[in-house]
Amino acid sequence: MQTRLRELTDTARQIRRDIVTMLGESGSGHPGTSLSTVEIVTALYFDVLHHRPKDPAWAQRDRFIMSKGHGVPAQYAAMARAGYFSTDLLKTLRKLGSPLQGHPVYGATPGIEASTGSLGQGLSIGIGIALAGRLDKAAYRTYVLLGDGECNEGQVWEAAAFAAHHKLDTLTAIVDANGFQLDGRISDILELEPLGGKWTSFGWEVREIDGHDLGAVLDAFTWARGTRGKPSLIVARTVKGKGVSFMENNNQFHGVAPTREEVAKALAELA
Amino acid sequence: MPLTKRLGPATRDAYGKVLAELGATRPEIVVLDADLAKSTRSDDFRKRFPDRFFNVGISEANLVGIAGGLAASGKVPFISSFACFLMCKGYDQLRMAIAYPRLNVKVVGSHGGISAGEDGASQMSIEDVALATSLPGFTVVVPADAPSAEALTRAMAAHPGPVYIRTGRPKAPIVHEKTEGLALGKGVLLRDGTDLALIANGLMVWEALEAADRLQADGVRAAVADLHTIKPLDEKMVADLARRCGAIVCAEEHQVWGGLGSAVARAVGESCPVPIGFVGIADTYAESGDPDALLRRYGLTADRIVEVARKTMQNKRQRQQARAMGG
Repeated sequence: MQTRLRELTDTARQIRRDIVTMLGESGSGHPGTSLSTVEIVTALYFDVLHHRPKDPAWAQRDRFIMSKGHGVPAQYAAMARAGYFSTDLLKTLRKLGSPLQGHPVYGATPGIEASTGSLGQGLSIGIGIALAGRLDKAAYRTYVLLGDGECNEGQVWEAAAFAAHHKLDTLTAIVDANGFQLDGRISDILELEPLGGKWTSFGWEVREIDGHDLGAVLDAFTWARGTRGKPSLIVARTVKGKGVSFMENNNQFHGVAPTREEVAKALAELA
Repeated sequence: MPLTKRLGPATRDAYGKVLAELGATRPEIVVLDADLAKSTRSDDFRKRFPDRFFNVGISEANLVGIAGGLAASGKVPFISSFACFLMCKGYDQLRMAIAYPRLNVKVVGSHGGISAGEDGASQMSIEDVALATSLPGFTVVVPADAPSAEALTRAMAAHPGPVYIRTGRPKAPIVHEKTEGLALGKGVLLRDGTDLALIANGLMVWEALEAADRLQADGVRAAVADLHTIKPLDEKMVADLARRCGAIVCAEEHQVWGGLGSAVARAVGESCPVPIGFVGIADTYAESGDPDALLRRYGLTADRIVEVARKTMQNKRQRQQARAMGG
């Protein structure tokens, strides 16, 4: 287990390096939210998901949706490292003609399960996928990653009520709770706490963890797989910009890419 | 042959009936409604296939998103609600979860137009066609009567891509005695003529036929076409009618902004510019009332079509005279 955790920690660091590099290259994008999701995305692509990177349409694959679409650089990096496509492709992020669009696009990138970027929609799509699996008696699970700011959207709560009513226990949502949205702190803009309590009251099984503690993240996914009769939700408490000192909790890096100097500085920290 | 008005079932009844039939041979069809199944008639499917029916509750955004996920997993969702709620409350979801990924979802808006009647403007849809045609890749259909609604529902089910179909609340006069050859994207020439073409869809097709009868008394031979599919538009038929008749009147139970008339005007502008008159809802909302009274109040009648036709014919003659004088 310790070796496995060390490997995953290395992978997470590599993914952070990829994120910083690709955003520096593209000159635009969302570093803060990409960095806060890294342990979650790493755990999913390198431990949790039953998937075949070389056969992204494999019918029995587990599905993962990045509902907070602006965090997709983390997903692209994890997918490249997992073998969905060449890591060379990462430097085409956001460039004309690239399969790596600024926000995830179904059909453009193999392995992307839904087009997102208009916040609040991924959980409903995940529900549709999970319902289809139930109708087909398929064994796959569906995972949806939301932002805490994204939970401002009413559709999230329509979806939350539906999934609980239909006892969709093959569905797991993760809220990357980094405490910020574009314009500032969530607690200043639209208070969502008690976040876990809200989901509990909607009928979900809820577990709250440190979203940067890989062991805790893996444990939470194991717990989620074991829940029966209810959908499961992991509130992952994270730090926006995690891993790069000058980006951590610095909301200036919500939607601004690092300069060349900042990339060099960040990569030195992530060496 | 004189016209005889014969009321058939509402187009929503025809939809419900065919949907329930399709359920028997198409196990991949799933039906979702936002708590209006009895009104949209998706209830017919629920009764026969309860395991493949979901009332998602009064939550149109979630409804559309779930349909996207089902379609991405190989199901063929038919989703319904009142046209105004589905299109207006679910629009961004239609964009992100269905149109952008080009998924095979059938979107069914009932109670289209102002003939929804007594419930008033909040329940009426006068903008659904404009919204639906603005979604890239969508096919957009407004059937005129129950027989064509049945045929077009079957055609829609066989079509591999997103479709919006508008159905109506009131009983609809029969205009299609036979429905062989009815296909998405293909207009139906119900009556041929040489002086003017009346192009309509939905309940306005019957009104156009009546108007053509009255125009005959003026010595005007009017063609009548049912352009049930606004997108893709039967541009060949429209261009042909423009060329042969030299004047067009479009009639629809929808705002004049962004509906059938706008689509025809664009097509005619590109192929064979001729004078066009527009019968539709002006820049306004309607109100509560009996459907027939409302259609009269808002100018969606044969009388209004005749009036606009006369004006359009006058434009045509003036153009012809100007051309003759100009040599």
